[in-house]
Amino acid sequence: MMQAPEKAPLTTVAADPIILRVQDVYKHFPIAGFGGLAVRAVDGVDLEIRRGEALGLVGESGCGKSTLARLITALLPVTRGKIIFEGQEITKMRGGRLRRMRRKMQMIFQDPFASLDPRMTVGDIIQEPLDNYGIGSGKARQRRVQELLRLVGLNPNFTNRYPHEFSGGQRQRIGIARALAVNPSFIVCDEAVSALDVSIQAQIINLLQDLQREFNLTYLFIAHDLAVVRHLSDRIAVMYLGKIVETAGRNDIYDHPQHPYTRALLSSIPVPDPVVERTRAPILLKGEIPSPVNPPSGCRFHTRCPIARVPGICSEQEPPLEPHGQRDQLAACHFAGEK
Amino acid sequence: MALAAPALEQAVDWEVAEQQIGLWQDAWHRFRRNRLAVLGAGLVLFLILVAFLSPLLVHFHLIWNPGTQDVANIEVGPAQAGHPLGSDELGRDTLSRLMFGSRISLSVGILVQGIILPIGMAIGLAAGYFGGRIDNLLMRFTDIWYAFPDLIFVLVLVSVFGPSLLTIFGAIALVNWVGLARLVRGQVLAIKEKEYIEAARSSGSAPLKLILKHLLPNALGPIIVTVVFGIPSAIFLEAVLSFLGVGIQPPTPTWGQMVFDGYEAIYANPSAVVLPALAIGFTLLSFSFIGDGLRDALDPRMKR
Amino acid sequence: MAQTLLQVEDLHTQFFTSRGVVRAVDGVSLHIDVGETLGVVGESGCGKTITALSILRLVPDPGKIVSGRILFRGNDVVKMDDDEIRDFRGNDVAMIFQDPMTSLNPVTRIGSQIEEAMTAHKRFTPEQAKSRVIELLTRVRVPSAETRAKDYPHQFSGGMRQRAMIAMGLANEPSLLIADEPTTALDVTVQAQIIQLMKQLNRELGTAMMLITHNMALVASLCQRVVVMYAGRVVEEGPVEQIFKSPQHPYTWSLLRSVPRVDEARKDRLVSIKGLPPDLSNPPPGCKFHPRCPFVIDRCRVEEPPLGEVGPDQVARCWVLMRNVSEGDVATAKQSSISVAAAENLKAPVADIGTKSGS
Repeated sequence: MMQAPEKAPLTTVAADPIILRVQDVYKHFPIAGFGGLAVRAVDGVDLEIRRGEALGLVGESGCGKSTLARLITALLPVTRGKIIFEGQEITKMRGGRLRRMRRKMQMIFQDPFASLDPRMTVGDIIQEPLDNYGIGSGKARQRRVQELLRLVGLNPNFTNRYPHEFSGGQRQRIGIARALAVNPSFIVCDEAVSALDVSIQAQIINLLQDLQREFNLTYLFIAHDLAVVRHLSDRIAVMYLGKIVETAGRNDIYDHPQHPYTRALLSSIPVPDPVVERTRAPILLKGEIPSPVNPPSGCRFHTRCPIARVPGICSEQEPPLEPHGQRDQLAACHFAGEK
Repeated sequence: MALAAPALEQAVDWEVAEQQIGLWQDAWHRFRRNRLAVLGAGLVLFLILVAFLSPLLVHFHLIWNPGTQDVANIEVGPAQAGHPLGSDELGRDTLSRLMFGSRISLSVGILVQGIILPIGMAIGLAAGYFGGRIDNLLMRFTDIWYAFPDLIFVLVLVSVFGPSLLTIFGAIALVNWVGLARLVRGQVLAIKEKEYIEAARSSGSAPLKLILKHLLPNALGPIIVTVVFGIPSAIFLEAVLSFLGVGIQPPTPTWGQMVFDGYEAIYANPSAVVLPALAIGFTLLSFSFIGDGLRDALDPRMKR
Repeated sequence: MAQTLLQVEDLHTQFFTSRGVVRAVDGVSLHIDVGETLGVVGESGCGKTITALSILRLVPDPGKIVSGRILFRGNDVVKMDDDEIRDFRGNDVAMIFQDPMTSLNPVTRIGSQIEEAMTAHKRFTPEQAKSRVIELLTRVRVPSAETRAKDYPHQFSGGMRQRAMIAMGLANEPSLLIADEPTTALDVTVQAQIIQLMKQLNRELGTAMMLITHNMALVASLCQRVVVMYAGRVVEEGPVEQIFKSPQHPYTWSLLRSVPRVDEARKDRLVSIKGLPPDLSNPPPGCKFHPRCPFVIDRCRVEEPPLGEVGPDQVARCWVLMRNVSEGDVATAKQSSISVAAAENLKAPVADIGTKSGS
């Protein structure tokens, strides 16, 4: 039987259709010994994630996407701003309340070799969240761990093995099983496939898609690989130097990019097709990403932007994230849509 | 749901390549392959045996009582007048004094680590885990402590509180915990940044559980190694104290004191100096070998 | 007719470990023509990097080239003595690595390092070398080359370091440049700059290039010919257009369909290759790919296929070949893989787990 290529329509939930709101969030890491100076990793981000969707967040290294993931999962405190998850402001939570909230929000990490405690057995690792929330009796927990292993395609009898006995792809499945243990509604995947070999990457991508459909999960999928993000997401947000520069549906962002950075990013990714590749010319950006300690004035992208008016509005005034282009598309550019 | 059931088995990863062995077992296998470490461990075991059995041997008159003065045979060489390794300037049997000396050396080495471990761990863990102001405070305190010259510090303590066994143990421990505290802090800082700690936090683990279940077990390897390396340095410090005459007081035999006593007559009766010096040397080496072996065995980077 | 620059014939490189002999490169033959760009693709552990290191005779211990010939302009690299091999590495080939930071000396200025590369092989006098440094840095598009030459590696960004590495690689005008995952560690926009640079250099200088990568898109963008490796063997080889249009080996086919394309809307599941690459100290009998192959037939399990001609200039090592696989089998290979039963059992609200008796 063939499955439908697109995700099955979602069962409508009476609750708030927005599961997570990020409102004007900042995260500055002060640099010790340089009074006042700080790495402005996340510098004023607004973002909404809808229940049941997969939102892709892309950007190059240093753009702040991993920091944003850690703010959303409350692994790091925000410097300023609000994050509201299922109607509750998690940026104000501490201690036990925060721990209880976390049950609905789990994370899958980038490095399958660093994200599993090497001194714990696989069974203990997957069971840990169940223990933490006191879910079920001992027997039921063990049974659930085995079901989880089977779900992610691993032998359920592996519970007393150690992580080092597994390959990268298998370890990533263990990480996924752990994230699913407490039936979360929202999962943050931080570069969850980028450390894996291509064939293994496909296994994990397919698994993540199947799980989303099966359990009605909401994903925040963070990656630097736009091709993977486009494949997995319904909507995509592009981040540059601590700010969101564009958000749009996964096809709109490719077909009608409004921000010049998005356009450059898309054109930079080679396509596995030599015939198409011959006709594609990447928009080459000047230089590399400026330091987030001292981001450029006005629009942060103006130093590398091929269409910037400098000196002029681009170097003087910061463009707001506003509707441009297609329905449901936002871009932060004074000359959105221009080439 | 339109999930294709028949395709299930084909994508399932039922196999893992390697056999199931625990990490500690794995470390033990690696330790056993290191010949010097095994030799060191053998020597230390032998020493422990000697320390426990020597009173028994005296009881059955198999060796001399270390306090007995055989005035007829002062400073005799090895294998003379019933002294297998000779006797000292008071006619006491060198072999039995060496054997009894091991009791002091071993207990200094091991008990001192027993005092250091909780102090160093508590300070290091607190500094590393809580960070910020607590870290700053604890580490500056540690630095100041570290800045005192060890020997003078011990000498002061011993002269104030008198040279009892307890003071000496305490004094040696007090100058040695700094290294361990720094190591534990470093370990905790490094491990705290690991993704598995974040993973544990995001799956709802409380701070105490994080420390006990994730931080400590992963920091344990280097801690064990440091503690083992700490044993010879404590033994050495005690020997130095005894040599200086402020260590364990006579007539309790210790190796350092034997060197001190024998050294005035070093030309007439060299064995009274050489033998305890050798005993110190071999004990130090043995513990160092064990430490080296453990470091290699417990280092996660050595994992095949 | 193009002239052959490098010809590798039946190369076997093995690692002698305590757990047995690992056949990292197991009978690889390939060739690179003058000025050509050859892509060598495969997953990690398929032997592509060891093949490159064998060509340079830089196989790390406990590895050894056991048999085979590596002919560079007709001279066998395997038989060269120490002087000859040093000369070969300095003047004829250069290699650039994934992480430029590990191959640059952190305490020496970039300019001096490039200079050293030139004077060490006596190809240029110190004076010539000095002026060439600026020329090379300009050639790899390092802005204000004159001042940047005086910088230390840590003052360079990742992309700039890779440019410096390429400049160093080109210093002695080699006729072959081996690039091992040269852009993997870089960001996409920087990767695009480096790809563009390599294309231009290939055109301007006519340097032949062997590009080692797992990234099929990179091969499509840069190479004329491609060699696909699996478990230490070449499983398919041919012109890039042909391989991408009609791959005949199931492994090549899977690799191409396991990566999503940024320029296409999602319409299909990705093809995932089940299981893991084989343990090269104990490879499976028959075709090395058969335990993971979705189109396996009985013959694959017992007899290893030879590298057979499947099209003009295209060879593949397979008994089945993709053109003989039916649509239905292809569809099956793309199907969902999660356990329905396990999913159903796990869907119960977590609070009820304790009371539920399970499956």
